[in-house]
Amino acid sequence: MSDLVLFDAPGPRARRRMVWVNVAATLAVVGIGAWALVLLGQKGQLAADKWQVFLTANPWTNFFIPGLISTLKAAAVAIVTSAVFGVVFGLGRLARSRAVRTVSGVVVEFFRAVPVLLMMIFFWLWISRLGVVSPNDVPFIGVVLGLTFYNGSVFAELVRSGVHGLPRGQREAALAIGLRRSQSLRLVEVPQALIAMLPAIASQLVVILKDTALGYIITYPELLQAARQFGAGQGNILQSLLVAAVIFIVINYALTKVAERLAGRVGRRTAGRAAKAEAPTLVVDTGR
Amino acid sequence: MDDSYLDRLLSLFSEYDVPAAFWVNIQLTFYAAILSLVLGTVLAMMRISPVPSLRWAGSTYVTLLRNTPLTIIILFCVLALWGQLGIVLSTDFQRNFFLLAVLGLTVYHAAFVCEALRSGVNTVPVGQAEAARAIGLSFWPAARLIILPQAFRGAVAPLGNVLIALTKNSTVAAAGSVATEASSVMKTMIEFRPDVVVGIFFIFAMGFVVIVVPIGLATTALSRRLAVAR
Repeated sequence: MSDLVLFDAPGPRARRRMVWVNVAATLAVVGIGAWALVLLGQKGQLAADKWQVFLTANPWTNFFIPGLISTLKAAAVAIVTSAVFGVVFGLGRLARSRAVRTVSGVVVEFFRAVPVLLMMIFFWLWISRLGVVSPNDVPFIGVVLGLTFYNGSVFAELVRSGVHGLPRGQREAALAIGLRRSQSLRLVEVPQALIAMLPAIASQLVVILKDTALGYIITYPELLQAARQFGAGQGNILQSLLVAAVIFIVINYALTKVAERLAGRVGRRTAGRAAKAEAPTLVVDTGR
Repeated sequence: MDDSYLDRLLSLFSEYDVPAAFWVNIQLTFYAAILSLVLGTVLAMMRISPVPSLRWAGSTYVTLLRNTPLTIIILFCVLALWGQLGIVLSTDFQRNFFLLAVLGLTVYHAAFVCEALRSGVNTVPVGQAEAARAIGLSFWPAARLIILPQAFRGAVAPLGNVLIALTKNSTVAAAGSVATEASSVMKTMIEFRPDVVVGIFFIFAMGFVVIVVPIGLATTALSRRLAVAR
C-alpha cells in the first residue's frame, strides 16, 4: 500500500487546515533548531574558530582523509572476505549432506547472534596474544574479522533465501540438460539468487561501512578515531564528531541511491523475486 | 599453573559477576526499546500523515540517523552533549553515562522502528484505507482505528529484528563509558587472564545467543499468530 492512499486528495477546507499544520510543524522544527543553536551559543560552541578550522588543510590532510582511507580500507577488505564467507556457508546450507547443512547452519546462526563488537574485541586481544602479526596490524585484522563473521553470515542467509526464492523450474531445467546439482547451484541458481538479493546486499554494505566505526573502540585509527583526536587537540570535539557523521551520512546515502538504481536495472536478469530496494536494514529478514 | 583449562576458566568466572554485566545490557535494551518504540511510532505517523512538512521532517530524521554509525551517536552523547554542552541526565556519575547511552540507542533505533512500522503499513491492503475513507473517517481516526492496529500486527517480525539488533547494539554503550556492560567486562577479563581468552569469548557469545535466539523465535511465532488473515 502506498503511503498516499491513506487520505483523499485534500479539498479546500483540508488544504486550509493543512497550511496551519504546516506552519505549526515548521515552527516546531525551527524552534527545536533555534533552541539547539541558543544552547550551542551559550556554551560557546558557535565560536567561529571552532568551525573555521575545517576550511583549512590541516584537519583534512592530517586527520579526516587518512581516517577515511582506513575506514574504507577496512570496509573494502571486509566486503570481500564476507562475500567469500557468505557464498561458502550459503552453499553449505544448501548442501545435500545433512552434516554439512547442520554445521553451516549452526555457524551462521551463531555469528548472527553475537554482537560485532564482542567479536572485534575478542579477535583483537586474541591475535595480539598469539603474536603472529605485527602489533600495528592487529586492530585492523580485528575489525575485518569481526565484520566478516557477522556480515558473512548475513550474506550466507541471503544466498540461501535467494536460492529458495527461485522458481523450481530453474533447477529442473539445469538438471534436465545434464548438469549435476552442484553445477546447477554454481552456474544457474546462485548467480540469479545474488542478482535478486542485490538490494539487500547493498544495504548490508552500508551496515559494513557503519560498523567499521566500532573499530574506534579497539583502537583502529579510522575516521571516528581521527575525528576524536583532532577534536581533542583543537578543543572542538562536538564539531569534529559532526563532520565525521556528515561524511558517513553522505557516503552511505550515495551508496543507497546507487543500490536503488542498480536494483532497478538488473532486476529483470533473474527469475527470482527481486527483493525490494530498501535502504539499510539492521538485520536482513531471513526470508522464511 | 597446572590447573586444567576448565578449572582456570571457572575460577575466573567466580571472580567476575558476569550475569550482572548482561543485566546492564538487558536494562539498556529495555529502556531504549520502549523509548524508541514511542519515538519510532511518532516518526512513522509523521511519515504517513497528509501534512508535507511532517512527512519531510520524518523522512529527513530517518535518513540522517540511519546512515550514521551508532558509535558516533553514542560518543556524541557523551563527549558533546555531556562533555561540551553540560547536559546531565542524572546526578549520579555512572547513571548519567547509562542514561546518555540509552538516549543514543533510542534516537538511532527509532529510525529503524519507523521503517519497520512503515513496512507494516505496507502489509495493509489499499482496500482497508479506501473502506475507512468511504465510511467517512478522516486521516487520524482511519489511522488510529483501521491502519495502525493492522500495521503493528504486520510489523511484528521486522520489529523483532530491530529488538534483536538493539540487544546486540547495547554493547556499543562501551564507547559511552558504560564500563559495566558485557563487552567491557569481557575485555577486562581477557586482559586479566589472557590464557583463557577463547573460553571467555565463547561464554559471553553464548550469553548473547541465549538472549537473542529466543527473541527471534518468539517474534516469529507471534508474527504468525497475529498475522491478519487475508
